[in-house]
Amino acid sequence: MLTIEGLEVVYEDVILVLKGVSIEVPDGSIVALLGANGAGKTTVLRAITGLLDVHRGSVRKGSIKLDGTPIHHLDAPATVAAGIGQVMEGRRIFIDFTIDENLRIGAHTADRGSIDANLDRIYTLFPILAERRKQLAGYLSGGEQQMLAIGRALMAEPKLLLLDEPSLGLAPLIVQQIRDLIVEINQQGTSVLLVEQNANMALSISEHGYILETGKVVMDKPAAILREDDDVREFYLGLREEGAASFRDVKHYKRRKRWLS
Amino acid sequence: MEALIESIARGLGQGSVYAMLGLGFVIVYKGTDVVNFAQPALMILGAFFVSWFTFDAGLPFFAAVPVAMVAAALLGAAIERVALRPMVGQPVFSAAMVTVGVFFALLTIATRLIGTDIRRAGDPWGLNAFVFADSIQVFQVDVAKVVTALLAFLAVGAYFKYSRSGLAIRATASDQETALAQGVKVGRMFGLSWALAGALGALAGVFIGAGGVGFEPISALIALKALPAIILGGLDSIKGALIGGLIIGVIESLSRTYQPGLAPWLGANFDQVVPYLVMLIVLMIRPYGLFGTPEIERV
Repeated sequence: MLTIEGLEVVYEDVILVLKGVSIEVPDGSIVALLGANGAGKTTVLRAITGLLDVHRGSVRKGSIKLDGTPIHHLDAPATVAAGIGQVMEGRRIFIDFTIDENLRIGAHTADRGSIDANLDRIYTLFPILAERRKQLAGYLSGGEQQMLAIGRALMAEPKLLLLDEPSLGLAPLIVQQIRDLIVEINQQGTSVLLVEQNANMALSISEHGYILETGKVVMDKPAAILREDDDVREFYLGLREEGAASFRDVKHYKRRKRWLS
Repeated sequence: MEALIESIARGLGQGSVYAMLGLGFVIVYKGTDVVNFAQPALMILGAFFVSWFTFDAGLPFFAAVPVAMVAAALLGAAIERVALRPMVGQPVFSAAMVTVGVFFALLTIATRLIGTDIRRAGDPWGLNAFVFADSIQVFQVDVAKVVTALLAFLAVGAYFKYSRSGLAIRATASDQETALAQGVKVGRMFGLSWALAGALGALAGVFIGAGGVGFEPISALIALKALPAIILGGLDSIKGALIGGLIIGVIESLSRTYQPGLAPWLGANFDQVVPYLVMLIVLMIRPYGLFGTPEIERV
């Protein structure tokens, strides 16, 4: 179980990006972390995986614990070894590597004996990759690259998988596929923290959801309740109660997002 | 005809040495984005190690070479740790300047170690030659150079393709943050790149004191001809280092053979300049070289 408590993150020593974020990912669950651009979602993931210092950020307060062990002081290789896998935003596959090599680099910290079995597992999960295992990864389509990035993270057999916007830039049909794959991976025993802007997709498969706005968790409820919440429906799912009313009635300057009032 | 074949053979031999040095440049450049101007000093120290282990420590030549390579690899890794690691995140130009400083520091050490004598590697080839068709002489040392270079390139190629750490070095070269996210210890990969460059420098260094010639500290400047070689081949291409090295070696050798007869007005020792002329021309018409990646910048 991943427990984040009162996390504060500062970039460049001055920019306070996270202002006391608390998140829990129980074992075996899918948890969604939603929010608009710049809310701090990716920063939460960087704090978990020890990639903050690459971006001149640091944890000021609070703690991140994996099964009770603090991990916010570990560097990136150590968090991978601790059992956290991540798929970074924008896929970030190695385009000049073959698909096979991309997967094998994912097993960098894994036991050498486990590599072949894991390769088989990934290729069963993503048959499209198996067909093209000797090809350069740069020639894959966006959806296939996303699958490769997920497969690469799974090669290290993580307990917890962090997914940063897996639906980014993909066609709706492919988003469906990715969604089903996340469910399947979760059923095979990996907990998932899913960061998304596509709230619809994320809330449809997660048990619990957090909504992050300007560095604070403003909502923290089971996904089923969030799906029915009026404000969430309007701001994140793009739905309104009476369908689209006349634009004359829209007084958006009054209708500001103020969760806490 | 004999002169031509002999000249090409000598050129291929010398070009193989440039290729091995160039490979060291390319590995460090790909892995860390830094042009490693300390490579000539690593070569001359490598040459000294070989010479020291054969003549002073009494090892057989073929045992001295791997031992010297390990010593140079450790030296390379140590340089990276002490001088280059603090430069991570700084402009690559500054890091390249640091390697220039390292070059002069190491060259001073090499001068002190080597002294005023001309040292030899203690190789078994000397001036022996294979004779073909009764009169064409090909020096054994040139054959040894070509074979060694080909083996070195095959070994390095296989290392980058199949081994876990080789793959990790490539991943680091491709995208450091993503490599970190896969659990690659990026700093260690930088050190490993430098260690490889050191070992290759020593391997090339074997040959500057072999084949009946000796070396002195200033022989380090030979290694600078690896720069035209990798600029011709492409700074970030391993294949380019091999082909560029061989081409530069052959061009240099041919101009040494034929320029005094064909164009005496160019003066003596013109062959020393030819590699750099080639480099200038390449930089003007194809700055990324034969196999390098063209840098595309959006304006």
